[in-house]
Amino acid sequence: MPKLIRREAERFVEADDSFTSVADDQDLPEGDVIVSFARFQSEGHALIGEGRRVGVRLEPDEAVEALADDLGKLSVVALAFPKFRDGRAFTSAHVLKSRLGFAGEIRAVGDVVRDLAGFMVRCGFTGFEPADGATLEHWARSVQRHRHVYQRAADSRIPAFAEREGR
Amino acid sequence: MYQYDSLDRDILADRSAEFRDQVARRLSGEITEEHFKPVRLMNGLYLQLHAYMLRVAIPYGSMNAKQLHKLADIGRRYDKGYGHFTTRTNLQFHWIKLADTPDILDELASIDMHAIQTSGNCIRNVTADPYAGATADEIDDPRVWSEAIRQWSSLHPEFSFLPRKFKIAITASAKDRTVAKAHDIGLMVRRARDGTLGFEVIVGGGMGRTPFIGPTIREFLPAHRLFSYLEAILRVYNRHGRRDNIYKARIKILVSALGREAFAREVEEEWSKVGEAGDLPDTEIARIRGAFSRKAFETLPAQSEVYDAAVSADPGFARFARNNLKPHKRQGYTIVEISLKGIGETPGDATSDQMDVVADLAERFGQDDVRVTHEQNLVLPHVKLDDAPEVYRALAAAGLGTPNINLISDIIACPGLDYCALANARAIIVAQDIARRFADQDRAEQVGELKIKISGCINACGHHHVGHIGILGVDKKGEEFYQLTLGGSGAEDAAIGKILGPALPLDRVTDAIDTLVDVYLRERQGDERFLDTYRRTGDAPFKEAVYAETH
Repeated sequence: MPKLIRREAERFVEADDSFTSVADDQDLPEGDVIVSFARFQSEGHALIGEGRRVGVRLEPDEAVEALADDLGKLSVVALAFPKFRDGRAFTSAHVLKSRLGFAGEIRAVGDVVRDLAGFMVRCGFTGFEPADGATLEHWARSVQRHRHVYQRAADSRIPAFAEREGR
Repeated sequence: MYQYDSLDRDILADRSAEFRDQVARRLSGEITEEHFKPVRLMNGLYLQLHAYMLRVAIPYGSMNAKQLHKLADIGRRYDKGYGHFTTRTNLQFHWIKLADTPDILDELASIDMHAIQTSGNCIRNVTADPYAGATADEIDDPRVWSEAIRQWSSLHPEFSFLPRKFKIAITASAKDRTVAKAHDIGLMVRRARDGTLGFEVIVGGGMGRTPFIGPTIREFLPAHRLFSYLEAILRVYNRHGRRDNIYKARIKILVSALGREAFAREVEEEWSKVGEAGDLPDTEIARIRGAFSRKAFETLPAQSEVYDAAVSADPGFARFARNNLKPHKRQGYTIVEISLKGIGETPGDATSDQMDVVADLAERFGQDDVRVTHEQNLVLPHVKLDDAPEVYRALAAAGLGTPNINLISDIIACPGLDYCALANARAIIVAQDIARRFADQDRAEQVGELKIKISGCINACGHHHVGHIGILGVDKKGEEFYQLTLGGSGAEDAAIGKILGPALPLDRVTDAIDTLVDVYLRERQGDERFLDTYRRTGDAPFKEAVYAETH
């Protein structure tokens, strides 16, 4: 089974990935699947009805708000980085986590590199498929490197201004 | 100067270590240049025509003597003994080796400086009034808000990979010295009738190939709501700004496509969702305000005998005083502008030795405070009138006494084809030639305030759109040509200049400027500036004179 890096309780673990990411022109395999937003709209409810776990993959131009009514039924929302400098998925993750209160896995897919790991975690991502060969250790080191952060985000880190107040 | 605390220092150290790691991965070949590029750009490192260029942030153009000494030192050890001050009030080193950059960043961190977000599609160095804390008419000190924005925007997890770069300016004075209306966001400090502090928020100004004077999307934003409102603007931009075409990716294109009202509505709607959770507590603003070192002003008489005597005895100082000294809020003090536009020199360049001279003067006479202006000059904001003659003599001895602030030879120019991979034409040589033509200071003073701004390509780093006279380098079948625009302004009366006519070859540019000046002197009424005369007469007399000669 393929592996992915998952954030669990402030730690990173290597986990088996039970999900198959399915392209629109591909037949659906058995088991847990991640499908495009378009496919989810036409087949999603049937898939959920079959008792399998379902995730949706959103491209950067697809608004996460469109999933608002279905979030309770979804196990994974995968947000695509077609190029790592396309930063729209950061906002999608932020909205998904902070505003829509999604409790499932927010997975970063596509051009996912360790240089962005810290930003991803802060925006609410919890699952990572590194495209740069980063190991669990690389990933954890990238995220933990920064001892302080200046701003509030979608994670639970205490921003510098609050740390200062506590002194 | 804002005094760093241990958290600020830790953040720089961690960022520096991260970059060292990234450079090592690049040098070992583990990552490709394609992968490395956006990473290095997040830290101000460009690959230019001849070498790497490192752009060091001078946050809101403010530094102390120790920092300037260190920049001089880095210039000597890692570059060719000089640096280039930019229109974003940063300092560029143009001859850097990739392998040296981690050490340079550690050197910078040792004096609380960095190169974070001086390039890349992120929130860049904030521009603030270079006279902040020294000018009489400011409503509040814009540096406090600038520092708060620096911290908020540094390594922002959501807004570091925007559609395009993002620049914010803040001014608190009626006289705008920041070009606020040609920024992605311009913040003008306002005070409501009931005394509440706030900002007028201008969004979507900019230069480049599609220049805009930004519209106001909110007349009054209470100051304590600034950060939630910035978050709302940035989120709307990050989601909806274009990413299919680099030339249409700035927020100005989004604002102009949606229209001011529709864009403002989107922001307000997002803002209502962000709520006060996005704001910085007042206590943090107060802490930042307190972390700016207090100035120790003495109670001085308005007149200074030393100053008056020097004005009478030394015509050189008298001229410097007329053009480079500006009124200070405290009597007996003055703001000293130091021109980096020596006649025939490269605008914005300073040698390491010159930086040391300015740093020494700041220590001895200027309360340890140095500013960089977007017009690529330096400022000692707090000098006693009694000390001004000695400061002038020291500057003049170092080749920094050029008395031309706001005059025709105080030219903004981008590095142009001499350094930049994007340029179509040289800019520096044009600036140098014009400055030489107007080297006669009497004539320059007779002409008065005239802002010439030169860009070597359509990206407009030399701000040509907002020059009273703008000059844009274009490439015509491999030859350098220059298009003139008239009537622009980057001040409170901001305007985009209008193209005068067909582009001119390099060897005709200075003559054309001369002609424009002659027309102005002929048409001028009363104490009109060049810009005022142009606005009254329109371009007809100017156009006629410049192009008559070609027939």
